Amino acid sequence: MAKKKTSAGGTDIYLPEMATVVRSAPMTELDRFLEFRLDSGRELGHRPGQFVELSVLGVGEAPISISSSPTQAGSFQMVARQVGNVTRALHALAAGEKVGIRGPFGTEFQVDGAMKGKDLLFICGGIGLAPVRSAINYVMDRRADYGKVTILFGARTPAERLFTEETRRWAAAPGVTYQETVDRGDEGWTGNVGVITTLMPRLAVDPGRTVAVICGPPVMYKFVLLELRKLKISDANVYVSLERHMKCGVGKCGHCQVNGIYVCQKGPVFRYSDVAEVREAI
Amino acid sequence: MKSVSAKALLDWVDDLIRKRRVMGAQARDDRFTWGPLARAADLRLDYDVTLLPPKVFLQPPREKLLEFSRAGGYTSCVEAEPFVLLGVHPYDLAAIRQMDEVFSQDHADARYLKRREAATIVAVDVQAVSANTFAGHMGASHVETGYDILLTRIGDGYVAELATKKGEAIAGALASAADADAAAQEARREVWAQNAQRLKKHELKAAPADWPGLLRKGYEHSVWEEKAKLCFSCGSCTLTCPTCYCFDAREDVGWSLARGTRVRIWDSCMLADFAKVAGGHNFRKNKADRYRHRYYRKGQYIPEKIGGQIACVGCGRCITACVARIANPVEVFNRLAEAR
Repeated sequence: MAKKKTSAGGTDIYLPEMATVVRSAPMTELDRFLEFRLDSGRELGHRPGQFVELSVLGVGEAPISISSSPTQAGSFQMVARQVGNVTRALHALAAGEKVGIRGPFGTEFQVDGAMKGKDLLFICGGIGLAPVRSAINYVMDRRADYGKVTILFGARTPAERLFTEETRRWAAAPGVTYQETVDRGDEGWTGNVGVITTLMPRLAVDPGRTVAVICGPPVMYKFVLLELRKLKISDANVYVSLERHMKCGVGKCGHCQVNGIYVCQKGPVFRYSDVAEVREAI
Repeated sequence: MKSVSAKALLDWVDDLIRKRRVMGAQARDDRFTWGPLARAADLRLDYDVTLLPPKVFLQPPREKLLEFSRAGGYTSCVEAEPFVLLGVHPYDLAAIRQMDEVFSQDHADARYLKRREAATIVAVDVQAVSANTFAGHMGASHVETGYDILLTRIGDGYVAELATKKGEAIAGALASAADADAAAQEARREVWAQNAQRLKKHELKAAPADWPGLLRKGYEHSVWEEKAKLCFSCGSCTLTCPTCYCFDAREDVGWSLARGTRVRIWDSCMLADFAKVAGGHNFRKNKADRYRHRYYRKGQYIPEKIGGQIACVGCGRCITACVARIANPVEVFNRLAEAR
């Protein structure tokens, strides 16, 4: 049989390590903010865009994106949307309670690669803001390393917007344009109404020096990509984070496959030009 | 290489059973299954094909991954007692070698690899040809490596090749049997040549080496929709496949709710919810998309991971298992090879 070296010195790739909830707060009706610290005291060591497999004792395990920037040491944050057993159980956890963590896994937004020195255009729909927030805050903490920053955020309703205080801070930061829109307004809403692509034709971007990042619900990508074409941003300068069920996180279980690609290994962040011809991708 | 009589071989098996945990191919009614071997007389080295492949011992249908408790968190479980796998056919061995590659690459899967290490494999060349095999087309009707011992029926007896240290460790009386003479060795080559022809119950017109190319241009072929229309999405083809290994993990909680286990169970890309994500979006919700995915895994995706080996060994189990009669890879690839 093939002899290959095992990862991490032959340790168990399916064994979670324990972490403690240090903060848990409701964000919207469906979304909860959670902050964790590994019990071992080590840093998670993630990169913006990566995910972990999070276990709730007795309930199960689910892949969840890391929402905090690695520039913030000591703990890591996530947004859990209540859509399945694990996230429902996560919502019930209070500070001090335990979870299991495997990872981090997957590819990163190219904050220290292709994005460095460039104008950045972040386009986020709904909970897609959670993983991209890791990259945005990384950029905010190293602001001089990047050009102009444009952040577009779309939510279904005003009440479903995420990180409203933080997005206000982003909007006020020098060299940052932040725009948001909702699919449906309410009585108090005076902002933009419409899908996220309605914000795009008005953008002033320099296509030659702009790198775009897209993360949102599956239906969003096609339409945003069309608008990016109109803005003359080349496919090679677009990064997409794809959602799939990364069940094992280590390229074995098969659930996250997009044609021949295991998203847990080659993604979730892809350069769009690398997957534009992959039929199951978008 | 050794020559032994059928009687001497059975004596060796009985001796082996006294010393080791032995899994062997046995009859169940008119078909064959793998299971713990109680006595040599139950062993059927003349079986045609087993219902399930021997992957059941290397990647069990249900396997404990972890134990957990509220107080203590998670601990690893690895079930890997030494055992002998007695009577593996060459095509199944070819599949095991592919799984060795899949589970050892990138993040190595320690559970699979430990069980693989714990297994001593005694292969046997095919005697009775099963109804749906096409292993002869897939280059898997015989193998020349990968086993610890290889048995080949020659006339009234067997020749036994003790190929590895692991094989020698269980050889017992076989080690002191008479060396096979030149005629016996020639007879084994003849068995291999004959099996390459006999194990062709379906006529494959598309050479396996051409499968990736056929798939590259066959994504929109009408065959996917036509076959998938009849598919029950039952997963029988993947469960019986020796090169399918996708899995799910589930929590099994005791009624105290304080402790439990996480188990890994076989899963199937043919099942309707396989590519569903939390929130309900299903990335492969059409039967044709799932059906096509399976053939792409066999002919393109897994080959890309394991150095070009086609992830079908021609055992024919999927053909037999499929109640809708749509799972024959030979029919699919012949169709792809025809002009549209």
